[in-house]
Amino acid sequence: MLEIKNLHVKLEDEDKQILKGLDLTVETGKVHAIMGPNGSGKSTLSYVLSGRDGYEVTEGSATMDGFDLLEAETEERAAEGLFLAFQYPVEIPGVSNMTFLRTALNAQRKARGEEEMSATDFLKMVREKAKTLKIDGDMLKRPVNMGFSGGEKKRNEILQMAVLEPKMCILDETDSGLDVDAMKLVSDGVNALRSEGRSFLVITHYQRLLDHIVPDVVHIMANGRIIKTGGPELALEVEKNGYADLLAENA
Amino acid sequence: MAIKRAQLKQQKQDALAARQPVLSMPEGGEWITAARKDAAGRLDAMGLPIRRDEYWKYTRPDAFTSAAPEAAALADDAGAQVFEGVDVLTVVFRDGAFDADASDALALDGVEISRLADAAQADIHWAKDIYGALETAGQDPVERPLAALNTAYATDGLVIRATGAAAKPIHVVYERSSDTSDVVLHHVIKVEEGASVTLLETGAAGARANTVTEVTVADTAAFHHVRSQGRDQERQLLTHMFARLGSESTFKSFTLTPNGKMTRNECIMELTGDDAIAHVAGALMADGKDVHQDDTIFITHDAVNCESRQVFKKVLSNGATGVFQGKILVKQGAQKTDGYQISQSLLLDEDSQFLAKPELEIYADDVACSHGSTSGAIDEDALYYLRARGIPHRKAQDLMVLAFLAEAVDEIESEELREAILRRIRLWLDLEDDL
Repeated sequence: MLEIKNLHVKLEDEDKQILKGLDLTVETGKVHAIMGPNGSGKSTLSYVLSGRDGYEVTEGSATMDGFDLLEAETEERAAEGLFLAFQYPVEIPGVSNMTFLRTALNAQRKARGEEEMSATDFLKMVREKAKTLKIDGDMLKRPVNMGFSGGEKKRNEILQMAVLEPKMCILDETDSGLDVDAMKLVSDGVNALRSEGRSFLVITHYQRLLDHIVPDVVHIMANGRIIKTGGPELALEVEKNGYADLLAENA
Repeated sequence: MAIKRAQLKQQKQDALAARQPVLSMPEGGEWITAARKDAAGRLDAMGLPIRRDEYWKYTRPDAFTSAAPEAAALADDAGAQVFEGVDVLTVVFRDGAFDADASDALALDGVEISRLADAAQADIHWAKDIYGALETAGQDPVERPLAALNTAYATDGLVIRATGAAAKPIHVVYERSSDTSDVVLHHVIKVEEGASVTLLETGAAGARANTVTEVTVADTAAFHHVRSQGRDQERQLLTHMFARLGSESTFKSFTLTPNGKMTRNECIMELTGDDAIAHVAGALMADGKDVHQDDTIFITHDAVNCESRQVFKKVLSNGATGVFQGKILVKQGAQKTDGYQISQSLLLDEDSQFLAKPELEIYADDVACSHGSTSGAIDEDALYYLRARGIPHRKAQDLMVLAFLAEAVDEIESEELREAILRRIRLWLDLEDDL
């Protein structure tokens, strides 16, 4: 599904290398997790894959089922099936959540040459999906993320994921700012979306999210590269011993 | 200094001398002839605005003072049906001439309505106390010669007297079929105690138009005004709205300006009764280096416990210019005044400009007045977020433009009219209807 080879990325405005030869393959239908200390480049990876301004790829490649992600516009990547759940979802005054979701879905369908969904079908579909995430009608009518609590914002991200049905989902520190109940709700939402044709890349600082969203593969990232790959037990090891040992091994 | 002043005065007289020969005072009854002559006298004394006028610092008056209007090519959708579906009484003026065939019968429960041209034939009429009177009062402390010109030479308009709750809004539709029409229209509106009426206006009145509306809102009465000035690229439009508010009265005016080569909307309000409320708001979508739009507001608080509110939002792109001059004058004794003013621009590129001059002048000591003016680019984080969900760049930007303007549209009290204006903006932006 996702194939990243020797990816080198620097900041556009300063001479600072963030990713330094990252290799990563996420197979179709699998859940991979990336853990790592602050400043290891985890969020940069998610931004570069989704096409945020401010980063320059100096070497390497990233493809999704053969589709060259790095050459495409942000919206083209989304239409192709890439989804990034933001660590800090953006508040957009004046644009209702419902309008936002519908515009996004129809834009993606249009880009793929599919028919737009009728207003009636759309409303029915969104209401059903919102219900399981405990997102009420009021939250759907309100402007995107405006006045939402941290938990509501993250639930809203998962709702977008459920509506847009991407094939490659990247979750950037989705657990940050969540209490136990919210984490359960968000994780249940993600788990409900796990399927044979859909892959996940779960970026997290802590192991606890991985108790709920159990990964197939865990990678440890440090200093712009993957330094170790293993099974779910690797996350437990980090939880127990911290990153220090692993970093020392690779020093 | 004295020489300079004399020079300016001469230039203003020269400007008037260039404009006046093409104007002719319409025939009429005693009351209106007196008002017209009075206005012509005031105009003679003032001359016409010139570029060096402080009040015209950001907007060149030339378009309105030249003898003939610059030719304005006809627009495709100048008559876009903004208020389609809203139950209204329709009155059509085509290039300034009343179009009886296209208009409804001038009859409406709760309202007396007739053409100014008809009212002008009478020797005496209730409009006598208002026609030119509010305009005259509005000449102090700032001269508005083009409004006096209008009072002197307006050919037609509507006189509306609301005696109860108007059964439905009165919709004045301005059509134009000429690329050189030079239109001068004058409306007089009297909202009697406890009465209420809504005035809607759409379209461009002429290739060049100068319109004045004088409104008195009596105690506990309400006047609502919503207009869309027509997506008509080349028309040149000057409007003056003069309003006088009694106790516990309400005045709310909203203007959508979708492009247009030159627009200046002046709104001059005087709050003379306690507990009155005056709101004026505007949304501008200006695209292109030839587009210039100006909102000039002057609100005088002369009573206790009144509220005034100004909300202006301007989206500017491809070299367009937006101007906001807003003044709140709180007279001595106008205690407990609540005055609020915000003007904001969204600049979609570096070629466009927003010029703002907010002013407060306060002579009372127990008031709450605030003003703010901002100018900014589109929020890049929000843009990225929308695009990351698959919304193309242009559409994402349009969504944010709509959101920005919606804050001004929200000032419209009626949900039906608010939705009509939002539909108009969505149509312009090519966005889908809201769910």
